[in-house]
Amino acid sequence: FPEMSHLPCLCWGAGAGQDVGRSCILVSIAGKNVMLDCGMHMGYNDDRRFPDFSYITQNGRLTDFLDCVIISHFHLDHCGALPYFSEMVGYDGPIYMTHPTKAICPILLEDYRKITVDKKGETNFFTSQMIKDCMKKVVAVHLHQTVQVDEELEIKAYYAGHVLGAAMFQIKVGCESVVYTGDYNMTPDRHLGAAWIDKCRPDLLITESTYATTIRDSKRCRERDFLKKVHETVERGGKVLIPVFALGRAQELCILLETFWERMNLKAPIYFSTGLTEKANHYYKLFITWTNQKIRKTFVQRNMFEFKHIKAFDRAFADNPGPMVVFATPGMLHAGQSLQIFRKWAGNEKNMVIMPGYCVQGTVGHKILSGQRKLEMEGRQILEVKMQVEYMSFSAHADAKGIMQLIRQAEPRNVLLVHGEAKKMEFLKQKIEQELNVSCYMPANGETTTIFTNPSIPVDISLGLLKRETAIGPLPDAKKPKLMHGTLIMKDNSFRLVSPEQALKELGLAEHQLRFTCRVHIQDPRKEHETVLRVYNHLKGQVVLKDYSVQHLPDGSITVESILIQATAHSEDQGTKVLLVSWTYQDEELGSYLTALLKKGLPPSTS
Amino acid sequence: FQYCLSGHPTLPCNVLKFKSTTIMLDCGLDMTSTLNFLPMPLVQSPRLSKLPGWVLKDGSTFLDKELKECSGHVFVDSVPEFCLPETELLDLSTVDVILISNYHCMMALPYITEYTGFTGTVYATEPTVQIGRLLMEELVNSIERVPKAQSASMWKNKEVQRLLPAPLKDAVEVSMWRKCYTMPEVNAALSKIQLVGYSQKIELFGAVQVTPLSSGYALGSSNWIIQSHYEKVSYVSGSSLLTTHPQPMDQASLKNSDVLILTGLTQIPTANPDGMVGEFCSNLAMTVRNGGNVLVPCYPSGVIYDLLECLYQYIDSAGLSNVPFYFISPVANSSLEFSQIFAEWLCHNKQTKVYLPEPPFPHAELIQTNKLKHYPSIHGDFSNDFKQPCVVFTGHPSLRFGDVVHFMELWGKSSLNTVIFTEPDFSYLDALAPYQPLAMKCVYCPIDTRLNFIQVSKLLKEVQPLHVVCPEQYTQPPPTQSHRTDLMVDCQPPPMSYRRAEVLTLPYKRRYEKIEIMPELADSLVPLEIKPGISLATVSAVLHTKDNKHVLQLPPKPPQPPTSKKRKRVSDDVPECKPLKPLLSGSIPVDQFVQTLEKHGFSDVKVEDTAKGHIVLLQEAETLIQIEEDSTHIICDNDEPLRVKLRDLVLKFLQKF
Repeated sequence: FPEMSHLPCLCWGAGAGQDVGRSCILVSIAGKNVMLDCGMHMGYNDDRRFPDFSYITQNGRLTDFLDCVIISHFHLDHCGALPYFSEMVGYDGPIYMTHPTKAICPILLEDYRKITVDKKGETNFFTSQMIKDCMKKVVAVHLHQTVQVDEELEIKAYYAGHVLGAAMFQIKVGCESVVYTGDYNMTPDRHLGAAWIDKCRPDLLITESTYATTIRDSKRCRERDFLKKVHETVERGGKVLIPVFALGRAQELCILLETFWERMNLKAPIYFSTGLTEKANHYYKLFITWTNQKIRKTFVQRNMFEFKHIKAFDRAFADNPGPMVVFATPGMLHAGQSLQIFRKWAGNEKNMVIMPGYCVQGTVGHKILSGQRKLEMEGRQILEVKMQVEYMSFSAHADAKGIMQLIRQAEPRNVLLVHGEAKKMEFLKQKIEQELNVSCYMPANGETTTIFTNPSIPVDISLGLLKRETAIGPLPDAKKPKLMHGTLIMKDNSFRLVSPEQALKELGLAEHQLRFTCRVHIQDPRKEHETVLRVYNHLKGQVVLKDYSVQHLPDGSITVESILIQATAHSEDQGTKVLLVSWTYQDEELGSYLTALLKKGLPPSTS
Repeated sequence: FQYCLSGHPTLPCNVLKFKSTTIMLDCGLDMTSTLNFLPMPLVQSPRLSKLPGWVLKDGSTFLDKELKECSGHVFVDSVPEFCLPETELLDLSTVDVILISNYHCMMALPYITEYTGFTGTVYATEPTVQIGRLLMEELVNSIERVPKAQSASMWKNKEVQRLLPAPLKDAVEVSMWRKCYTMPEVNAALSKIQLVGYSQKIELFGAVQVTPLSSGYALGSSNWIIQSHYEKVSYVSGSSLLTTHPQPMDQASLKNSDVLILTGLTQIPTANPDGMVGEFCSNLAMTVRNGGNVLVPCYPSGVIYDLLECLYQYIDSAGLSNVPFYFISPVANSSLEFSQIFAEWLCHNKQTKVYLPEPPFPHAELIQTNKLKHYPSIHGDFSNDFKQPCVVFTGHPSLRFGDVVHFMELWGKSSLNTVIFTEPDFSYLDALAPYQPLAMKCVYCPIDTRLNFIQVSKLLKEVQPLHVVCPEQYTQPPPTQSHRTDLMVDCQPPPMSYRRAEVLTLPYKRRYEKIEIMPELADSLVPLEIKPGISLATVSAVLHTKDNKHVLQLPPKPPQPPTSKKRKRVSDDVPECKPLKPLLSGSIPVDQFVQTLEKHGFSDVKVEDTAKGHIVLLQEAETLIQIEEDSTHIICDNDEPLRVKLRDLVLKFLQKF
């Protein structure tokens, strides 16, 4: 006691480290182990898809090792490995997520499972039942609710704005705390509000850094740009494919196109693929309290998620002649309907594909965005891409400015960057260290970062002691720091600070009084009581003692605070008087000061 | 201290002074005062407009403009007024925060936040605020819709009031009665609210933490924990253990309270809500089957959701599929819409529905299938769609204002029709008084899901508070059932009771406070194991207190070794910055002490025994050391080095505290 403690933070598995792919972070804080997110990598179709959980514990059950798992939002790169983790590897402890995440996450997992197992015929994958069993382990949390995981560990969710139900989490044990942002967005958009956190001063802030270097131009410009491109393509009779994830960006872009179509009185059809659409919009309606202020305020009059111009897509529509706009899932063109439509339309230069979000390496989306125009598809078939490829950053991640803003809000002691690309993260790390003077880390995959904290120790102080110390003292000067003296009793794991008297009493011990009496010889032929009076006047005249109580008692003695001074005649020498100065150990300074003072003799009497 | 500002146990308004913060608990508005006023008809009512003025026994008529005789009672002919919470008991501008427990208990908020100099913050959950806003909107709307030129005040004069017949004669605090607030005032009041979630810990000035907990009574309804590190006050207001639509009550978090303030119990302790719902349905069905209409005076949110859900399950089996249900309120649409978006505040079953995703309340389906229609008022679309026989849900339950007044006038004359009272806030006989004589049937099925006394005693056994504080009404049986000693709060020690305008000292005693020891100071401490498992360390530190948080830091380093010139001044300063010396404990074994003295060069040590101990003499140094069980006294010449040396040798044998 006390001990320097440390927060090892392990980011592993090609994910949460320096790559945007899948998130899975292990944090140990004051002896508690918490896993943050449990994502899968969309770019892989093999074992590398899921994090390697043997990183956590080589032997022994995950349930014994982990105190809890926290999921920040429903995107598969943050929760896609959850059923694998809980049902196939085996974890029975609590999993925390917000209500919308709990509602939507199983649907996306099932959707993803269908694509992988039913369409691609993969085995060794989680089943529908496993998704259901996994969700039974989920505990839903409210925003700002303090959830007591156990007696010491508490977590609290903050609004993150990235998608419906996205949250940042504070993990706290005693005085130590970590904040994990998940993905977040610092600017409100058409359907979500901005991320917000209070000045919680965590020891460590783990933040995503997807757009670490980008300072994106204004939202309005990007929207205008997007509408212009869609409009131009439709005008010249082309088809626009917008690969999206069913929930999230899709709703924002739908709102955008819906209002634009209304304003411009456009006729070209807009479709939204998969049966998820209506369901998805329903989630937005029922969880409207998680959207932005404007939508929440007006929802009774007009529900923004009831679209007039946007209709359900049928596979056959893809071959229809004439212009159209299609939102199709999934967002990175790695499988499913969006990929099918892409293959159909890629050969025509009149058409356009707009990628509104980030694509991980290995996906078709990533390939075409990096300029590749000849794609090798399944069966060695080569697909030539003639359609226009546009990238528009609509994903609701914080940009560099936003990340800096969040760090300023939370005031962490250390920052750890994850979920980004190494080069960009390096730039941001320097910026954070220089501008905010906060140490910043960017661990590689599988690397453990250890952060040292030096927490202060909370103890219980007896009110009597605290009141005594704040109320009295020789100089009640508010500006002067007050010196406090007490005894810290350490018993089991409790620390109590009490007055020394109380400590003695509690332990059943008696006080041992140590007293000193010094003889000071003074040349003074006068009567004893006259000597005493001279001593009294001398002490009274001392500037140094002006704040002390100096008293001349009727029995002929003098007290200065608790120090007692008496005079007796010297047994042999009548011209000498002996002053007996007596004090206790607790008043030693004053006692020894007074003897030294008196030893110098008395000033010549003025009378 | 607790200041009681409202005498109404289910519409409380208390102020708690806790650790230098002033916290108002709820802001209830007593609306029973409106029963003394004439109803406000939406359509000119020949009956109500031709009432005779009231004449005093001595024939004087000076009150005939203000008071009207109607159905054998005397009513005030004026804009209805409400009884405000006490505003004189303490300066309400000193209130730091207001905690709201549910939307029924915030109706006086505009009076407090807009007229008392209040500058603090109000805390409430999101459903509480949204539905509370709807209730206020409906109230303001129903009163402002019927412009009444006059507002009566003469009758309130104490001398005049004495002469009036009951119940006006006995009406209390009439000088505190006020007209309804306006929408701008409602908006201003609501803008002072900060939204909170269940189990959110809110710090007040670093000294106090408040936390709302689910109370199970209504959407977003909360009980509150008010605590410092060492004392805990639970404020239980309007709680329910029945499974209706809201999230269940959080009982566990109420444990270990020093004080539990208990308000908002059921107003109808003898009625079983489930039984009442059954009676409601059967009376409704019977009336409709006989070709009559059913009027349900109600609030626009709350129990109506449960009633609609029951009817949803009931109508087909009861053959009522073709009977239209109308919900008429300026906020009917909003209330129905809002009820569907608070998934997180609902009971488990309803939450599961949202996950599907389906609307949590089946009234969505009733609306979709046109079985339930809602209208902002009886004017407009409603008059075209209106078909009889039908069921109408509308406000206000006092029957003094709102669309309900119209239906009472319209349907009161026919014995085919039925009015069913479900809201427990008003005596139904008093509510009906100005409409008498009535041909229409009146059924009283009060549905109050709040705790009854059996549930209270179970709850108190469960959470074991040290003290219970409650309104005086709960400490005795109801006046009309004085033999029912089971209808009161029964606990040990007996509850402390309060009444309107009373100040109560709450019985909690603090012993400890939290303080933080900075790491540098912690490093410098030297713990000593005194007994097995118990270690002590003496702490001398500087105390810093800011925002009610206490921190202990290392004392400043002693001044640098002074230069010769400054030496004198430093020695002058000695007494001023004296560090406190620890207390000592233990005893000195004389033999070992003498040995130690000898080891340190004292060769002429002599020991004498005394009655209580020993005297050790150092002859050459003319020094005497008296050693007893619990004390040591060193008497020497003024030889500081000698004294210090002896002191250190003594201290070796003692423990410091």
